Amino acid sequence: MPDTGKTGGSRFSKTEFAERKERVQNLARWLFFAMAIAMIIPLLAIVAYLLVKAWPSLSLEFVLDVPRKGMTEGGVWPAFVGTVYLVFISLAVATPIGVLAAVYLNEYAKDNWLNRTINLAVINLAGVPSIVHALFGLGAFVYAARFGYSILSASLTLAIMTLPVIIASTREALASVPMAFREACWNVGATRWQTIRSIVLPNSTSGILTGVILQVSRAAGETAPIMFTGAVFYKAIERGDIFAYRLNEQCMALSMHLYTMATQVPNVDESVPYATAIVLLGSVLLVNASAIAFRAWLRSRKKW
Amino acid sequence: MPPGEKISVQNLRLSYGSKEVLHGISFTVAENEILGVIGPAQSGKSTLLRCLNRTIDFVPDARVSGTILLDGRDIRSRIDVYELRRSIGMVAPLPVGLPLTIYDNVAFAPRAAGLKNRQDLDEIVERCLRQAALWDEVKDRLNSLGTKLSGGQQQRLTIARALSHEPEVLCLDEFSIAIDPVTTMRIEDVLKELRREITIILVTNLTQQARRLADRTMFLFKGEIVELDRNDVIFSDNPASQMTYDYVNGIYG
Repeated sequence: MPDTGKTGGSRFSKTEFAERKERVQNLARWLFFAMAIAMIIPLLAIVAYLLVKAWPSLSLEFVLDVPRKGMTEGGVWPAFVGTVYLVFISLAVATPIGVLAAVYLNEYAKDNWLNRTINLAVINLAGVPSIVHALFGLGAFVYAARFGYSILSASLTLAIMTLPVIIASTREALASVPMAFREACWNVGATRWQTIRSIVLPNSTSGILTGVILQVSRAAGETAPIMFTGAVFYKAIERGDIFAYRLNEQCMALSMHLYTMATQVPNVDESVPYATAIVLLGSVLLVNASAIAFRAWLRSRKKW
Repeated sequence: MPPGEKISVQNLRLSYGSKEVLHGISFTVAENEILGVIGPAQSGKSTLLRCLNRTIDFVPDARVSGTILLDGRDIRSRIDVYELRRSIGMVAPLPVGLPLTIYDNVAFAPRAAGLKNRQDLDEIVERCLRQAALWDEVKDRLNSLGTKLSGGQQQRLTIARALSHEPEVLCLDEFSIAIDPVTTMRIEDVLKELRREITIILVTNLTQQARRLADRTMFLFKGEIVELDRNDVIFSDNPASQMTYDYVNGIYG
């Protein structure tokens, strides 16, 4: 605590300059604090608003049941399962490619024009708007590769979209392993690969996995790419059936379902799109929370 | 090759990009001697060591010319660079315990060379930890992490790891800058033991350390050898170069 300088002329009494300095410092701190608080207000507002609006429809039944009576009643199960399929398959494709590419870029690549070009491509791929990815997916997977409008086409499109972010987060995780470890390994005659396998990869797993899991929310939330390539307005499947879809079929998805319920289907209870949003948001937040818990657990076992 | 000559460096020139760091230096290291290397920062001491085990290959913009002979053979003619690195032990300035168990830290190099037999590995681990004067402190917790040891213990672990691949030459790069004087003296004792079996190159900022341990000492300054001679000359009142006298006596540098 600062000395209040009541003793008047003592060495530690406050000068006018010191008081002004403290006023400015307090002001600055409160300003920054206010902005930090202001940041969580939109989040809380969104969640609260959605919950209030969705309340009449929300139940476990809403998740497990299929849409009924021209989609005006029932639940979102086909869309929920469809989203799980799309997310899982797209990440199953993007993760190995992304991680291996990142290992190359971070551990092997020399600073030459080819690798600078690759880097540039990765950065720019991350900046491509999703609607452009959608169009590319339509042309490349649906037509050129003849996968048709299908889960496969949609997943591959999502995979290409998430790839650059996975590469970036993996590179960050790899770079967080100190250079001294690699040099120590090279000094005793280990190859690059032996070093990567025994030291670099085991100690960056937590960062890599966290980066991948955070892409779940991105893949689950995107609408445009799957609308163009494989998501469908309505698909009849059994209530609670997990293995409802095949790779070459179209599927429903939560993001697309939310859009159709909000804009395309007449006479829907107002709460239904909001409840759909809650299911989407809830599952994504659940996955993210588990990623954070997982990372915390791995960090507690950090080895240096 | 003259008998008893372990390493011969001939006209070694090295530049990082456009900046030349070593200006064509030549010297030899005799078998089973301790060669001290002294000199102020930025003299090229660490770079010199990186040339010896060719870890300089990992530095993208480094260009090397000249010849380095190990046992009379050019180190660049050796097909297996990993074999070369195993014949030269390297200890860095800051202790590096790998994020593995103490056992695995020492067994790392033999395993990388393809040794799998548990009994042989056990033997190597115990021998190297004993040689590095660490065995008694860690023998009951070989399965705990090497990174959790104290700085001085980690530096001895690093030495044990450098010995695990049975090097013929051991290079130490300012091994004592991050550890306390007591541990430093213990490691110096270890080095005095080791000199019977292997050749040692000791890069150090402490001129007194070179004086205590080395047979001959090289004074490297801005990428050139000012003087290389027996210790009783370098640390005498009249070495060949006035610069050597000034540096050793703390007048310069």
